[in-house]
Amino acid sequence: MSTTESSPVVLPTHRTCPFDPPQEYALLREHEPVARLAFPDGKTGWLLTRHEDVRALLADERFSSDRARASSPVGRPLRPEEMEARPGMFLSKDPPEHTRYRRMVTRYFTVRRMRALAPRIEEIVTDRLDAMERSGPPVDLVRTFTLPIPSLVICELLGVPYADRDRFQRWTSTMLRLDVSAGEMLAARDALYAYMGDLVSAKREHPDDALLSSLIAANAAEGAQAPLTDEELTGIGLLLLVAGHETTANMLALGTYALLSHPAQSRMLREHPELAERAVEELLRYLSIAQFGAVRVALEDVEIAGRRIRAGETVVAALAAANRDPEQFPGPDELDLTREPSHHVAFGHGVHQCLGQQLARVEMQIALPALLRRFPTLRLAVPPERIPMRDDMFIYGVHELPLTWEE
Amino acid sequence: MKIVADHDRCRGAGQCVFSAPDLFDQSDEDGTVIVLDDHPPPESHARARRAARLCPNSVIRIIENPEPAHP
Repeated sequence: MSTTESSPVVLPTHRTCPFDPPQEYALLREHEPVARLAFPDGKTGWLLTRHEDVRALLADERFSSDRARASSPVGRPLRPEEMEARPGMFLSKDPPEHTRYRRMVTRYFTVRRMRALAPRIEEIVTDRLDAMERSGPPVDLVRTFTLPIPSLVICELLGVPYADRDRFQRWTSTMLRLDVSAGEMLAARDALYAYMGDLVSAKREHPDDALLSSLIAANAAEGAQAPLTDEELTGIGLLLLVAGHETTANMLALGTYALLSHPAQSRMLREHPELAERAVEELLRYLSIAQFGAVRVALEDVEIAGRRIRAGETVVAALAAANRDPEQFPGPDELDLTREPSHHVAFGHGVHQCLGQQLARVEMQIALPALLRRFPTLRLAVPPERIPMRDDMFIYGVHELPLTWEE
Repeated sequence: MKIVADHDRCRGAGQCVFSAPDLFDQSDEDGTVIVLDDHPPPESHARARRAARLCPNSVIRIIENPEPAHP
């Protein structure tokens, strides 16, 4: 590595292949794995691209997840009121506050409970496949399959009326756009908050047997310590709803596109559905839809791989670059559904590692092989260059996926 | 081999149960780790090591050659 200080880079965002991270990441990982990064707000921080460093950062409690202290690596500089982490939004909280919230909801997302949902998820998937067959080709897979499945599953889990999906999907989508104005972003966020706040009040009046009501009941129980306020319940519900549908929807759609672009791989998964578990891990690694990485702020001076990070500086962990690190994944740019599972960081790492990962896995393990098996001749209905990619969204994927098949 | 879990640091991501459901489970109360078999048979050792490696919070510790337990 050069001993002279090179000038800061900006976060690479330009892709040449829809499935690969921007090419600059490979160069950075090799030559400047802890690089100076220039943020849109004018500040300078750091960009980590090696798997080992990314894992170390995300497990290090000397770094905070508080968004209000951090610079955003993409988009316009945010206003303070956009960055404020409201009560219950534990993705942006540090221990011990984070621990308190996470402990209350983790039991609803255990491996055992998520696997017990498999029969219901199979029903939902079959129902969507039947609908696709009835409507006939071509279909937009996002509208007919990849968005409805995780939306319905998270609605049933939380106790959110599925009939409200158009509204919450639209607000979520606005909040995840890079090019949105502060006014639009705040309006969507406030609408979502108001919606979830009303829902929490409604569950207090008329409880059901889903997660939100169960959380309310657990906190109302005699002896409950520091019970959650309605504001906290609203923040928790909002986080689970948003994280529960957009991410999986995009993995399903982009995963399908990747499979259709690798015919030998999709044939293998169609013929050997028992490969689903490994296939899903490989797609998570290969596609890394949290495309702008995970953001942390140093709470004190910390040394990483020989570079000194100063207290207050923002550090971006490039998850997509870490998941293509050849030191960790031999032949990292190959999609290989038989790859020995390894520790990809698609769900992050450390205390914030995705709470819903086991749910996402079960949904993908069921939906992807079922889709390929129901429609063996499935293919793109338009040339690849006409697939609108989500370069403009915090979560990568496709805006639409027009598909066709032989009836 | 002996498996030790630091329960307090666990955040219930479930990677251990995902890797080795015969060795680990999660509490119904708060989702944190339960070691089902802290002296796993040799055929489970590779999966136990994998669970320890994957744990996002380094909760699981593998002691490869534990002192024999006193009767």
